[in-house]
Amino acid sequence: MEDIKREVFIRDEEDTRDFGHQLAKQCRPGTVIGLIGDLGTGKTTLTKYIAEGLGIEETITSPTFTIVREYREGRLPLFHFDIYRITNPEDLFEIGADEYFYGSGVCVVEWADQALSALPEDSLLIFMEYAEEEKGRRYRCTF
Amino acid sequence: MKDGRFITMAFESSCDETSVAVLEDGRKVLSNVISSQIDIFKQYGGVVPEIASRHHLENINTVIEEAMSQAEVGWQHIDLIGVTYGPGLVGALLMGVATAKAVAFAHDIPLVGVHHIIGHICANFIEYPDLEPPFMALVTSGGHTNIIEMEDYNRCRVLGATRDDAVGEAYDKVARVLGLGYPGGPKMDALAKSGNPAAINFKRVYLEAGSLDFSFSGLKTAVLNYLNHEKQAGRQINKADVAASFQQAVMDVIVDKTMEAVTGSQYNKLALAGGVAANSRLRAMLEEACRQKDVELYRPAPILCTDNGAMIGCAAYYKYHEMGADSLDMDAYPNLPL
Repeated sequence: MEDIKREVFIRDEEDTRDFGHQLAKQCRPGTVIGLIGDLGTGKTTLTKYIAEGLGIEETITSPTFTIVREYREGRLPLFHFDIYRITNPEDLFEIGADEYFYGSGVCVVEWADQALSALPEDSLLIFMEYAEEEKGRRYRCTF
Repeated sequence: MKDGRFITMAFESSCDETSVAVLEDGRKVLSNVISSQIDIFKQYGGVVPEIASRHHLENINTVIEEAMSQAEVGWQHIDLIGVTYGPGLVGALLMGVATAKAVAFAHDIPLVGVHHIIGHICANFIEYPDLEPPFMALVTSGGHTNIIEMEDYNRCRVLGATRDDAVGEAYDKVARVLGLGYPGGPKMDALAKSGNPAAINFKRVYLEAGSLDFSFSGLKTAVLNYLNHEKQAGRQINKADVAASFQQAVMDVIVDKTMEAVTGSQYNKLALAGGVAANSRLRAMLEEACRQKDVELYRPAPILCTDNGAMIGCAAYYKYHEMGADSLDMDAYPNLPL
């Protein structure tokens, strides 16, 4: 299990937005954020707010179909991955993910647990879980 | 134009299908060979991109030979090569684009790149030889949900799009949670037939008034919450009712927004396109809505709704005749905009 540094309780979408904006401030060229959590825990929603925090106004849609979508209008370029359909970390190399991970933008990787070994060692991981309340979520962060 | 016919060969490989088609004069399909790879993908619960490109590579020559043999044409007969150059999975797209470029170069045939969504809409021209633009189109598939105004063969305007999940994606995700397997759409459609669409009242998401955009991510979460809730309460889940209620919530919104787009335009024609256009519930609901509003509904046969080469060939024909050929340095664009 990865080292968990802190737990954040998210009450609602407002909290998700604040968390996403805060995270966006910490992003530097080469930051890789891995999101790990079941369907419906809000991975794409959190990505939307990270994008918003980076100054991206374009609509962030789910990249499930094309695996990765690029947004270049913000403070830093954002590369939004959904690797749910990748079952073998080597498949990530095939689609050139390394060039994104070790490039000059920010990568947000949904379903990062599908290919953890292919992510850079210093990736920021967020384990996202349902909390007891219906809208609540618990984020366990490795940073 | 060796014998008075204009022959187009087209390649489609944007996702999990390798398809090659041969068309005569834009709308007459001489062959449309689809090497469906669905069997290979079932075990993974989705399209696996690396596997997709490897299988396109293994399939493509066989599919080309079969398409030419069924159409009874040789390379000397072919006047135009069309190929999907985006959007899609990059590895899969590259296979089609590289192959199309190679044969265009080797046999000195003009090459045209086609937008996958325009291809889907053009399937209607094949099914309905007398259909002409302008008209409204609803494109729903695994990767796309769009309401598009087709002003002309090569001019369109996107009036509405999804802000999160595509409709087919929402189906796949809910099917996954219900344990139905891949592809989710047809299985949900089949299961929903035996369920009660009014059993569970999932919230319809219309977004702000007047918007023709869609959002299906919240509906997916609502289904998950419902399932968790029922499980915690120790109640048995009726999967057919869940499928039928989910489908009804999706279709209500799609039909309402589509009809709003059509009745708000000067057109009285609506064309369906994309894999989800084969959904029986969507077809039935739109038929009824169009009958009430006196709108003519165009529904291509399911084989033309799925990803196929023929629709790309038709789009390539009209693009070439208005805009000429593309250059051989054409690339694949996974995020190609409309």
